Amino acid sequence: MRLAGKVALITGAARGMGAAEARLFAREGAKVVVSDVLEDEARAVASEINDSGGEALALALDVSKDDDWRRVVAEAEARFGKLNVLVNNAGIIERHSLEETSEETWDRIMAVNAKGVFLGTKAALPAMRRAGGGSIINISSISGMVSVGYPAYNASKGAVRVFTKSAAVEYAGEGIRVNSIHPGAIWTPMSLYKNERTREERAATVPMGRVGDPEEVAYGALFLASDESSYVTGSEMVIDGGVTAE
Amino acid sequence: MRLAGKVALISGGGRGMGAAEARLFAGEGAKVVIGDVLEDEGRAVASEINGSGGEAFFSLLDVTKDDDWRRVVAEAAARFGKLNVLVNNAGILVREELEEGDGEGWDRTLDVNAKGVYLGMKRAVPEMRRAGGGSIINISSISGLVSLGYPAYNASKGAVRIITKNVAIQYAREGIRVNSIHPGVIKTAMMDGDTRGDEDWDRLLPMKRFGEAIEVAYGALFLASDESSYMTGSELVIDGGFTAQ
Ligand SMILES: NC(=O)c1ccc[n+]([C@@H]2O[C@H](COP(=O)([O-])OP(=O)(O)OC[C@H]3O[C@@H](n4cnc5c(N)ncnc54)[C@H](O)[C@@H]3O)[C@@H](O)[C@H]2O)c1
Ligand SMILES: NC(=O)c1ccc[n+]([C@@H]2O[C@H](COP(=O)([O-])OP(=O)(O)OC[C@H]3O[C@@H](n4cnc5c(N)ncnc54)[C@H](O)[C@@H]3O)[C@@H](O)[C@H]2O)c1
Repeated sequence: MRLAGKVALITGAARGMGAAEARLFAREGAKVVVSDVLEDEARAVASEINDSGGEALALALDVSKDDDWRRVVAEAEARFGKLNVLVNNAGIIERHSLEETSEETWDRIMAVNAKGVFLGTKAALPAMRRAGGGSIINISSISGMVSVGYPAYNASKGAVRVFTKSAAVEYAGEGIRVNSIHPGAIWTPMSLYKNERTREERAATVPMGRVGDPEEVAYGALFLASDESSYVTGSEMVIDGGVTAE
Repeated sequence: MRLAGKVALISGGGRGMGAAEARLFAGEGAKVVIGDVLEDEGRAVASEINGSGGEAFFSLLDVTKDDDWRRVVAEAAARFGKLNVLVNNAGILVREELEEGDGEGWDRTLDVNAKGVYLGMKRAVPEMRRAGGGSIINISSISGLVSLGYPAYNASKGAVRIITKNVAIQYAREGIRVNSIHPGVIKTAMMDGDTRGDEDWDRLLPMKRFGEAIEVAYGALFLASDESSYMTGSELVIDGGFTAQ
């Protein structure tokens, strides 16, 4: 098992890509902390893992709150003994053009998508140092590289992309690796949220001719979480069916 | 096993990263064809794999020669029934600055590193189509992204980076995925002639060490396997943080 003996904390793990990562990591031997603001859904994912022979713990976490982070990292260490992997996956989207983007929308998106990653990385570092190293995986987006037409979301994901490199270089000497993943159109509850475009319409914009499944991103996260990626840090893994190659 | 039932052809598989990929892929269940101009080394890797329960054979391949590619791809299909994975790994580094040399180094570098990749894809694609899809992994370099090393090498690796995207888009709907890997400084024979001192490298490498061939091979394994089924036209950088700063 590729994550045997590791402890992984995944944010936004109640559904979508985060839930896919939680299930996959558990199957590969990791003890998983399933954290989210959606407490019931998080608990359901954790019990599903526990029922199928894995080990998981559900914890309430609002990634934009520093106090929540301190509590969750402490509980992860208390329950599972250490922390080796953090997936900063929680994120929100609001689909507005620049002039329709209110200041409140900007602040809300930045608080979750960008500040949440900063706070999570900061909170996890001391625990990973205690564990003798670790791997942090930040879920950015192809929206962190090219315009998708929603400026606040674009900006938040661009922040994650470059923040990742900053943290990677700063902690490379301590065996803590930090990388970003840039998914394209992945079919999750987020795809449905206030989005008029159908699955078929999304698929037509992708060179592969289809949208991706959460598992297809989860496998990328697994590679980055495992020791197989021991020389990978500060890198961007694009999983988008060819969208940004065009 | 992550490559069970797959057939993989690896150019430059006689030593270095190519040999590490051949061993790793075979260990994950792939049947492996090792192509190289180094015959003894290539045969040794193949028999090592066969001796440890895997399946492999060596075939002489000069990646600059179209006839060689046709023959090796045909042999792969004849002996193992199909071709699912191609790693365009063969490469050379000619240590020549812009104003040095008479252009021969440029030609040789572009022939092996760029044209070799083009020819390999050209001959592998029809066989992958017959197999119902495939994965092509082109070993570029961080020299395909930033200035490092020598102009001809930089140009050749930049060519590999972008032809990867072209072919990825072209064949995305046929289930043939094409991605590039961009290794940083990796401990292989290619780095033997290096003249930089430890202090330079310490400054350039956030991880303060060279990578090992196996650390690139694991990236290639991920791209070769169906785990990367939604990845095409992407760049996987494996450089210990070199290009992040
Ligand atoms: N779906 C896509 O096409 C796509 C593409 C690129 C990137 N992404 C990114 O992938 C990540 C996962 O998205 P998804 O598609 O699975 O969406 P999703 O909406 O299904 O899941 C996001 C999860 O994050 C949680 N979350 C939201 N705000 C939170 C907060 N403040 N604290 C803790 N948890 C919070 C949600 O409750 C939800 O469970 C996000 O960062 C998203 O921006 C998604
Ligand atoms: N070592 C590094 O630091 C580094 C960094 C980035 C990229 N790369 C690239 O990785 C690849 C593998 O290099 P390596 O470091 O393992 O070097 P290496 O010299 O050990 O291996 C290269 C292999 O390619 C073979 N080869 C050369 N010319 C050939 C030809 N015309 N036809 C067939 N085979 C041929 C060689 O015989 C050798 O077996 C190369 O493409 C190289 O440019 C290397």
